[in-house]
Amino acid sequence: MTTSTRAATTPAVLVLEDGRTFGGRAYGAVGETFGEAVFSTGMTGYQETLTDPSYHRQVVVMTAPHVGNTGVNDEDSESSRIWVAGYVVRDPARVPSNWRSQRSLDDELTAQGVVGISGIDTRALTRHLRERGAMRVGIFSGNALADEGTLIARVRQAPEMTGADLSSEVATEQAYVVPAIGEKRFTVAALDLGIKGMTPRRMAERGIEVHVLPATATVEDVYAIAPDGVFLSNGPGDPATADLTVIQAVLERGTPLFGICFGNQLLGRALGFGTYKLKYGHRGINQPVQDRTTGKVEVTAHNHGFAVDAPLDRVSDTPYGRAEVSHVCLNDQVVEGLRLLDRPAFSVQYHPEAAAGPHDAAYLFDRFTQLMEAQRA
Amino acid sequence: MPKRTDIRSVLVIGSGPIVIGQAAEFDYSGTQACRVLKSEGLRVILVNSNPATIMTDPEIADATYVEPITPEYVAKIIAKERPDALLPTLGGQTALNTAISLHEDGTLAEYGVELIGANVEAINKGEDRELFKGVVEAVNAKIGYGESARSVICHSMDDVLSGVETLGGYPVVVRPSFTMGGAGSGFAHDEEELRRIAGQGLTLSPTTEVLLEESILGWKEYELELMRDKHDNVVVVCSIENFDPMGVHTGDSITVAPAMTLTDREYQVLRDIGIAVIREVGVDTGGCNIQFAVNPDDGRVIVIEMNPRVSRSSALASKATGFPIAKIAARLAVGYTLDEIPNDITLKTPASFEPTLDYVVVKVPRFAFEKFPAADAALTTTMKSVGEAMAIGRNFTEALNKALRSLEKKGSQFDFVSPVGDKDELLALAGVPTDGRINTVMDAIRAGASPVEVFEATRIDPWFVDQLFLIHEHAQALAGAGRLDPELLADAKRHGFSDTQIAGIRGLREDVVREVRHALGIRPVYKTVDTCAAEFAADTPYFYSSYDEESEVAPRTKPAVIILGSGPNRIGQGIEFDYSCVHASFALHDAGYETVMVNCNPETVSTDYDTSDRLYFEPLTLEDVLEIVHAETTAGPVAGVIVQLGGQTPLGLAQALKDNGVPVVGTSPEAIHLAEDRGAFGRVLAEAGLPAPKHGTATSFPGAKAIADEIGYPVLVRPSYVLGGRGMEIVYDENRLASYIAESTEISADRPVLVDRFLDDAIEIDVDALYDGHELYLGGVMEHIEEAGIHSGDSACALPPITLGGHDIKRLRASTEAIAAGVGVRGLINIQFALAGDILYVLEANPRASRTVPFTSKATAVPLAKAAARISLGATVAELRAEGMLPATGDGGTLPLDAPISVKEAVLPWSRFRDPQGRGVDTILGPEMRSTGEVMGIDTVFGTAYAKSQAGAYGALPTKGRAFISVANRDKRALIFPARALIEHGFELLATSGTAEVLRRNGITARVVRKQSEGTGPAGEPTVVTLIHEGEIDLIVNTPFGTGGRLDGYDIRTAAVSRGIPCLTTVQALAAAVQGIDALTSGGIGVCSLQEHAARLMAGRGE
Repeated sequence: MTTSTRAATTPAVLVLEDGRTFGGRAYGAVGETFGEAVFSTGMTGYQETLTDPSYHRQVVVMTAPHVGNTGVNDEDSESSRIWVAGYVVRDPARVPSNWRSQRSLDDELTAQGVVGISGIDTRALTRHLRERGAMRVGIFSGNALADEGTLIARVRQAPEMTGADLSSEVATEQAYVVPAIGEKRFTVAALDLGIKGMTPRRMAERGIEVHVLPATATVEDVYAIAPDGVFLSNGPGDPATADLTVIQAVLERGTPLFGICFGNQLLGRALGFGTYKLKYGHRGINQPVQDRTTGKVEVTAHNHGFAVDAPLDRVSDTPYGRAEVSHVCLNDQVVEGLRLLDRPAFSVQYHPEAAAGPHDAAYLFDRFTQLMEAQRA
Repeated sequence: MPKRTDIRSVLVIGSGPIVIGQAAEFDYSGTQACRVLKSEGLRVILVNSNPATIMTDPEIADATYVEPITPEYVAKIIAKERPDALLPTLGGQTALNTAISLHEDGTLAEYGVELIGANVEAINKGEDRELFKGVVEAVNAKIGYGESARSVICHSMDDVLSGVETLGGYPVVVRPSFTMGGAGSGFAHDEEELRRIAGQGLTLSPTTEVLLEESILGWKEYELELMRDKHDNVVVVCSIENFDPMGVHTGDSITVAPAMTLTDREYQVLRDIGIAVIREVGVDTGGCNIQFAVNPDDGRVIVIEMNPRVSRSSALASKATGFPIAKIAARLAVGYTLDEIPNDITLKTPASFEPTLDYVVVKVPRFAFEKFPAADAALTTTMKSVGEAMAIGRNFTEALNKALRSLEKKGSQFDFVSPVGDKDELLALAGVPTDGRINTVMDAIRAGASPVEVFEATRIDPWFVDQLFLIHEHAQALAGAGRLDPELLADAKRHGFSDTQIAGIRGLREDVVREVRHALGIRPVYKTVDTCAAEFAADTPYFYSSYDEESEVAPRTKPAVIILGSGPNRIGQGIEFDYSCVHASFALHDAGYETVMVNCNPETVSTDYDTSDRLYFEPLTLEDVLEIVHAETTAGPVAGVIVQLGGQTPLGLAQALKDNGVPVVGTSPEAIHLAEDRGAFGRVLAEAGLPAPKHGTATSFPGAKAIADEIGYPVLVRPSYVLGGRGMEIVYDENRLASYIAESTEISADRPVLVDRFLDDAIEIDVDALYDGHELYLGGVMEHIEEAGIHSGDSACALPPITLGGHDIKRLRASTEAIAAGVGVRGLINIQFALAGDILYVLEANPRASRTVPFTSKATAVPLAKAAARISLGATVAELRAEGMLPATGDGGTLPLDAPISVKEAVLPWSRFRDPQGRGVDTILGPEMRSTGEVMGIDTVFGTAYAKSQAGAYGALPTKGRAFISVANRDKRALIFPARALIEHGFELLATSGTAEVLRRNGITARVVRKQSEGTGPAGEPTVVTLIHEGEIDLIVNTPFGTGGRLDGYDIRTAAVSRGIPCLTTVQALAAAVQGIDALTSGGIGVCSLQEHAARLMAGRGE
């Protein structure tokens, strides 16, 4: 990524690997960037989205036309930096308005060197991605502009998401502790595969002392803290590339395990299920997920391009006992949650910590504490 | 098995006449609900007194009762129909209140009727201020967010005065409990205002209860629309942010969806509170609306109120998102859960999700202050707007500019051309919210105001203020550019500038701008409202325009008919026209056409994506319509555009459309001109040998004076080309004529003033007819109850006519046919006649669907609008008779003798308006239309039908008690017989001295009471106004003495309005009322469905 000074009317172009292009104006940093083009349908929470490590190496297209209206503050980021590889919006705000706003999104993107484009038909782009599937994309402005053929060729040279092992690129290098809020009830080892800030906080609110460990943590590292439970975070990349040793060891020992998003995919693979890439993924905060045990529907925050391939219609036998699909997306019947029936482990494909998104699934953190409680008894 | 099997029949209560605060949106929601319930195999019984609605079409429900929505009448319907369940949440506050009354008086229990969609406890918790405060406290205890404004409940004026001290002083907000549309609420800045607002509020509230609240004026205002099912699944359908900060009723605010200035954290707090509130209130199934105020300085959230029912906002939210709240509420009420109901638009995904928008929706209110010049035009927490327009764009500026031009009101679009005003003056003006405040803000920006200054004056959120600056910058760029280059033009269009605005700024003609634009290939594309921001493919062609890249209009093979709707509701052009458009769409779809609806009114059935094959939610200006015609012509064959069903709005476009090569079907633009142009129409009448009142046209006072001198005073004066009698007045002398011409801004060389002889004491008659070029079908003949001189829209009328004989009908038929043929009508025509002496004068002819088409259609059980649409596309009356759409023989002029009598009564919005001093506005009827809606009473005899119409419009006529009578001299002679009849019914008569004298001379005892001007008597004798306020009077008869200015009876009539006492302002109305009272006292008023009436009519016609 290169940056230079930006002007509101600097021309920019977005180029998809299949050759479709959209002309617009530079937004954020001027230069060039590459990634996997995905669209996000949330109408609020751009700051959380931008700082979600799961978006590493992705160019995010916002379907909501107005972005940046509430500026950027120091409270709502989900990690220490913006992770998206590029940003595509239709109508960026010129003036942020919110009593918590500290600076404009435009300035923040520029400061962090995030190349973006504005003023394009984001709906046309979204429809294109919906019909053709997620694909590689490049955004070019300023000196990076060149003839279309050259730009398409450069996009096609960029790495693909399938087969990408990205967790180590986004995870913490040093272990750190998020203390319990109020009385400490449990200790949890959280494997950081790209964890969002809200996740340890949701656990801390429930009396959990969270030890966030690097993605490279070993079984010994995990058990060195004598955890009541182990948590597998969200994160970017293809789950097929991940090492499952730690998870298998945790399952073997019967330590309560909770995974979300990438963590759900890892649990699925550890149980022997496959994972596959969705045509264009689920990215938004309005996805209806049904809890198959209660029949209740929760409106949930999603950000996943891969999913677990597990049978919906029956209980499966796995090396760790019986497993079932506990949650399903009502839009397309994609597996959204797994549960072991004979050992204390479960996971969901979506984001109960929300941020951004509805709080409907926050009860899952309570389920985790109940599992740990039961294990003690 | 999701659907309940124990419910086989459901009673749905509609919302009655259109009034301010309760309008067409309930026809939209009720129609959806009835269709859904019917498709679920339930027997649907509907009661609604409003004939102009689609929901009261006989095919929408199984049994349709056009009867008054009062507990008494609804109980009769329950006794007759024995429904298993009652669904009260789709007919606004009227339905909810009626259902609660029926619960409380034991009717529901007696007949074993289950209330579905809401329970009484939940309704009370949501609506009762004190209980709701408890709900908010409970929510706060659970989730830690949400509070109520600090407040005090008051049941008396003493409570109110001490309450202000408790809250820490003025200003305070006054909110009466259990009133609709915020009726009676307002801000009090001092004790005088407080006494007035709280006094009225105590009266208006059925529980004599008002709430005083801390002021949260200037805070940000939000609404959420939620739905809950029986499994406690809750979804937020839509968030709405008010452009106008707290202090303006949300119905009067410019509102935006989705919310624009909330972070996710703040939005999720509102969502959590909303969900917790709906659970705490206990809305089992269905929709509800929750309003919030957010302090812009620290984010403190106050929960203002909730409506445990479908509301105006939910209709808006449905149109804004494509998520049909009423339809789904009806399904939930009969047992389904959200995840069992498919999303209509995607078909593949369920309704248990939250719509996400990739566009911006802006709603702007439409007011009618010009009809009530005495009323205070400042906006408050009491709703005053009579309609609204909605627009969709890919950004806020585009949606806002489209919405403003959708208002179709002079000056509603931003003006960048007229001289720049004084900044400080404009900022001061903008500080008070009024109709058109946003234009004042733009004027202040033009005058050099800074964003901070605008925010400080108005408290409009800085993000919105910046958007106005953005629009202004584009206007400046347009004005300053050497030439209109493509990028400049495209940018302006992307921010919603109309060709007219650009033309104004560039000093060009609109059509020149359009030609340039087309030459440059700058045209709108059409995007789909799909609930999911394109995540899933959409099946429903619900379109809006945007200057973007990719269009989603699919090619088609069937010929299309484009139907132009009527735009925002306003006085004189309301839901009646929507009725005709919807019928045309149904009929033409059935006849094999692909129907394309164009309209911008979110309240209506026509803008339901289910109504037509394609829906364009677009402004009804020439530019917008031409672009749609272009898009549809590109998509496939277009058979034509229908302009004669949506009222004056599309009719006004007819000639320009034709000039642009658009095929206008039905009555040609030239024929429209023949009927609308006075001179041309005069020649049509002369050729047919039909008399019109003496008249002339003038463009100046001397011209008008010469005409008036020749034909003699009084004269009826009005501008040409207006609807609803706008600016029409009866002028009794030369002085008033001079001031009328001076005041009238509508008069120009192109638009002369019409001066007609005013026919005193004439009977006015309305005729709706169909003409195919060969054969006339007389749809119906309506005899007005009030004499000529009162606008036909405000006058009660009866069909069939009650005093006209066969000879008169014959003359009416011949005249109607001669005019229809002379003008060249192909479709509907409405003609107004006046019968004075024995001469049948032609007052005017309108070559289009009239306001009375739905009433006539229901009274005669013939779908006139459907027939008109077919005739427009070439069908003949004979063919339609053969098809069965029209009766095989006879028509509305040959109704059988035992045909039911239908009475239409107008509903007027007097109680909504106050003058700046807080006094009521006068309630006199005149030639300018002021009613917002109408009801229909139908029965076998006139008296009963009239009594029902009164019960539906204003409340039941009294059958005993005290009647106060004070009439003008000219009415005294006609008063004797009805006054005597009142005595015979046991009324005690009170009268002012003059009227009492006349009555006594005729042997009728009347107690003399003091006039207001006489003041309280020496022994403390009260004036009539005091008696009215004290509830001592049950019926008021007061005819006006003069014209113009403040009339003698003003205090009496305004007191009657504020106390809700029936007040008759013509002697003819009194005579009708006496017949009604006869019917009521003779007992046994029954209820009868339209289907039963129709069966009887068919039998009478011999079919």
